[in-house]
Amino acid sequence: MGKTLFEKIWDAHVVVGKENGPSLIYIDRHLVHEVTSPQAFDGLRMNHRKVRRPDLTIATMDHNVPTTDRGLPILDQTSSVQIQTLEKNCQDFGIKLFDINSPNQGIVHVIGPQLGITLPGSTIVCGDSHTSTHGAFGALAFGIGTSEVEHVLASQTLWLEKPKPFEIRVEGKRKNPHAVTAKDIVLSIIKNIGTGGGTGTVIEYRGEGIEDLSMEQRMTICNMSIEAGARAGLIAPDEKTYDYLRGRQYTPKNYESLVEYWKENLKSDDDAKFEKQFTLHIDDIAPQVSWGTNPGMTCDVTETVPTPDEFSKGDFNQKKGAEKALDYMDLKPGTPIEEIKIDRVFIGSCTNARLEDLIEASKVIKGQKVSENVRAMVVPGSQMVKKQAEEMGLDKIFTDANFEWREAGCSMCLGMNPDILSPGERCASTSNRNFEGRQGTGGRTHLVSPVMAAAAAINGHFVDVRKMDLN
Amino acid sequence: MEPFKKTTSIVTPLDKVNVDTDQIVPKQFLKLVQKSGFGKFLFFNWRYDENENPKSDFVLNDSKYDNSKILVAGDNFGCGSSREHAVWALQDYGFSVIIAPSFADIFFSNCFKNGILPISLEQSIVEKLQQESDSIEVDLENQVIKTSSEKIPFEIDSHKKKILLEGLDDIAQTYQFEDEISEFEKKSTVPSVL
Repeated sequence: MGKTLFEKIWDAHVVVGKENGPSLIYIDRHLVHEVTSPQAFDGLRMNHRKVRRPDLTIATMDHNVPTTDRGLPILDQTSSVQIQTLEKNCQDFGIKLFDINSPNQGIVHVIGPQLGITLPGSTIVCGDSHTSTHGAFGALAFGIGTSEVEHVLASQTLWLEKPKPFEIRVEGKRKNPHAVTAKDIVLSIIKNIGTGGGTGTVIEYRGEGIEDLSMEQRMTICNMSIEAGARAGLIAPDEKTYDYLRGRQYTPKNYESLVEYWKENLKSDDDAKFEKQFTLHIDDIAPQVSWGTNPGMTCDVTETVPTPDEFSKGDFNQKKGAEKALDYMDLKPGTPIEEIKIDRVFIGSCTNARLEDLIEASKVIKGQKVSENVRAMVVPGSQMVKKQAEEMGLDKIFTDANFEWREAGCSMCLGMNPDILSPGERCASTSNRNFEGRQGTGGRTHLVSPVMAAAAAINGHFVDVRKMDLN
Repeated sequence: MEPFKKTTSIVTPLDKVNVDTDQIVPKQFLKLVQKSGFGKFLFFNWRYDENENPKSDFVLNDSKYDNSKILVAGDNFGCGSSREHAVWALQDYGFSVIIAPSFADIFFSNCFKNGILPISLEQSIVEKLQQESDSIEVDLENQVIKTSSEKIPFEIDSHKKKILLEGLDDIAQTYQFEDEISEFEKKSTVPSVL
C-alpha cells in the first residue's frame, strides 16, 4: 500500500521505531523563542547537559518584544529579563540568535521560511503551537512544550506517538480571490470540523483550491491547523515551494540537488490511505468572521450571529459553550455580522502579517481614513517584511489612513507586550485565536482576513469586502 | 520528576468544554523564567474579578475543593497554545489528575513530562464523576478509578505509564539510544542551518 506524504517524512526520521508506543524521531530544525525556552535551558544546566546540535537550532525574540521604537529600553522588567535570559542562553549554549536589533528578527514562523531555514521534507519543532505554519513547505512541523524543547536541545530527538493522516481537500475556485482569502478557507474548514476535529492527526491539504494558493497563503492555511486541534498540517511542495526558497540567506548550498530529491519523494502516493477525510468546496464561500470564543465559532459575513441552538446542533455542552461565548462577546443572536461595530483593528501575527497580507490590506484602505471610532495598527511579521513593505511605500498608505505602523513581533495576537485590548474593546484581528482574554483581559476578538480587517477599519464595522473593488 | 502511583481526593468539577491553555494560565503570567509558582495564576481570569477579588461563582473559589487533587473537565481540554505553563499551574495548584472526555495533543503530552496523569473517559462517565461528592481513588498501577459505588477502568499507553510510575527522566532514557542517534545523523541528508 502507498504512503501519505506525512508517513514518508515520518518514516525518514525514525531513529528508534517501536511496534506499539512512541518512536524516537529526529528533528532537523529547532526554532527557539524567549517565552517557552528559559526553563528548558535551566534544565540543561541543572543536569550538566549541552545542546547537541546548535547548528540545527535558531533563536529569535518575538512573543513579548515591544513593537514601538527599537531604540528605547524595554520598560516591562519581566519582559526585559526574559529577553536577556534568551540572549544569555544562546551565548552560553552556542545558538545563533536574531536579537531585537537584528534585521532578521521577527515572528519565528515568518522568519523561518523567509530565511530559507524551513525546508521541504524536514522535521521542524518550536515551543509554539503555530509551528504548523512551516508545513506549507511540505515539512512536518509542530509545536511542543518546554520539556520537549529541553529534550530536543539535549538530544535533537523526540519520543512521539505517530499521528494519523487526515486528508482535507479544498476543491473549486474562488470567484474573487482578493476578497475571499486563505484565511476564509481555513476558518471555513475549522467551522466545519470543529476545534477538536483534527486531534491526533496530521492534516494534508490538497486539491485545486490549495494548489492555486501562493506560498504565503498556504502558510496561513497550515498555521491554523492547530486551531482544528491537529498536530500539524502540511502541503506537498511544488514549483512555487522551490521557487520561494531559492536563493534565500540560509538556503542550503546544495539546494538544487535537494530539489531533485524532493520532487521524486515528497508527495502522497495515489493509493495512500488517509484515516480521515473532509472536502471543502470553495466556489461560493464568503469572507468569514468569528463571533465566539474559539475559532470554530465562525460564520459568513453575510450571516447573523447564531443562536446557541443553531450552533450546537443538539450537543448540550456545545450549547452551553456558545451561550457563554455570546455573553463574553456581548452579542445577541440574530444580529447581522455587518452591523457589529469595532473599536480596534490588528493586522499582524504569524497567520497574516506577511508581505502579501499587507499588500492586499493596503489596497482596501488606499486613499481612505480609518473610522474615527477605531484605533488600527499594522505589525509586520518580521523586520524583513517591514523593510520590503516600506520599500513599496505600504507604510505610507497605512499611516496616511491613520493606521499605526509598528516594529515586528507577535504583538496583539497574544498580548504579552504592551499591545493589548482594554476590557470590553472589540477588535477585528487577523490573528488566529479569539479565546477569552487572548488579546487583553476582557477584550473581544473577531478573527478575519487582512482585507476584512482593513475594510472594518475604514467602516467602523464589518463589511463584506466582496462589495469593494480590490483589483 | 516525582513518581505518580495513586491519589485520593474529592473531584473538582469544571463544567466547561474546549478549555484552552490561555484560560488555564493567561498570557500576562508567561514572562517568568522558572517553572515554580504558577498555581496562583491558574484560571486567573475566571477566578478573580478586575480588582483581583475571588469570583464566588467559580468552582476553585469554593473552599470545599481546596484540597482536591483531581480536576474533571469537558471535552478537548487544554486546546490552543503549547504553553507548558498551563501544566505547571495545574500542578503547582495541587492537581495531579485531570479527567476529561478528550485532551488536546500538546497539553496531553506536556502532562506526562510533569508527573500529571491525564485520563480520557467517555462523556457519560465524566459527567457522572463531576457529580461525585465523595473522595475517589485514582490508581495508576492497576489503571482503575474507585468511587464509592464502582470501579472505572482507564486506558494508558504502557510507555507513558512507566514514565509516571517511576518518575523517569525522559532525556536520560533517550541518551541510552546515543548510538542510534549518531548513526542516524551520519546518514541524514538535511544540511545544517548555518
